[in-house]
Amino acid sequence: MLIGKVVGSVVATRKDEKIEGRKLLVVQVHNQRNEPQEQYVVAVDAVQAGAGDMVLFATGSSARQTELTEGRPVDAVIMAVVDSWDLGGANVYEKWTR
Amino acid sequence: MYLARVTGRVVATHKYEGIEGVPLQWIQPLDERGEDMGAQLVACSVVGTGPGDLVHFVDGREAALACPETFVPVDAAIIGFVEQAVANGARIRS
Repeated sequence: MLIGKVVGSVVATRKDEKIEGRKLLVVQVHNQRNEPQEQYVVAVDAVQAGAGDMVLFATGSSARQTELTEGRPVDAVIMAVVDSWDLGGANVYEKWTR
Repeated sequence: MYLARVTGRVVATHKYEGIEGVPLQWIQPLDERGEDMGAQLVACSVVGTGPGDLVHFVDGREAALACPETFVPVDAAIIGFVEQAVANGARIRS
């Protein structure tokens, strides 16, 4: 999985009927030092994430292993909202102090 | 499967159902010399690993099969501690 920040949402009225009703969010990937990367992903939200949230997302066929995405044309799914992380014992990200 | 070093821990209380109790850890994939290879990623840990450990992990859909609940959106899982690894006659250290 990779971590990223929800920076936007996608509205698509005309889309494959199999992904109708699925919330699509734009996620900017952050690395382990919480530095934003020039890498963006559109992912189906499976955990009620919101704008500005730091989230974990799974890609590839693993993304289809939720009730929302099973058997559907989806290759990225947000599966957790990140509260905090540390690296080498030092805190890098803390949701509630930002 | 690949070799990696555990570098950190991720806390997420709001997770997709089925992986609530599974720890999440940052890992750095390693090459055959034990040197960093590519970008770090987050993996589920099912074997009680912690930062500094040399481990091996599986990626892709198979990673979910390592979790207690197997129909979960997981694409990387730490599946073992590495006590010793040798490549080209040299021992790999994390």
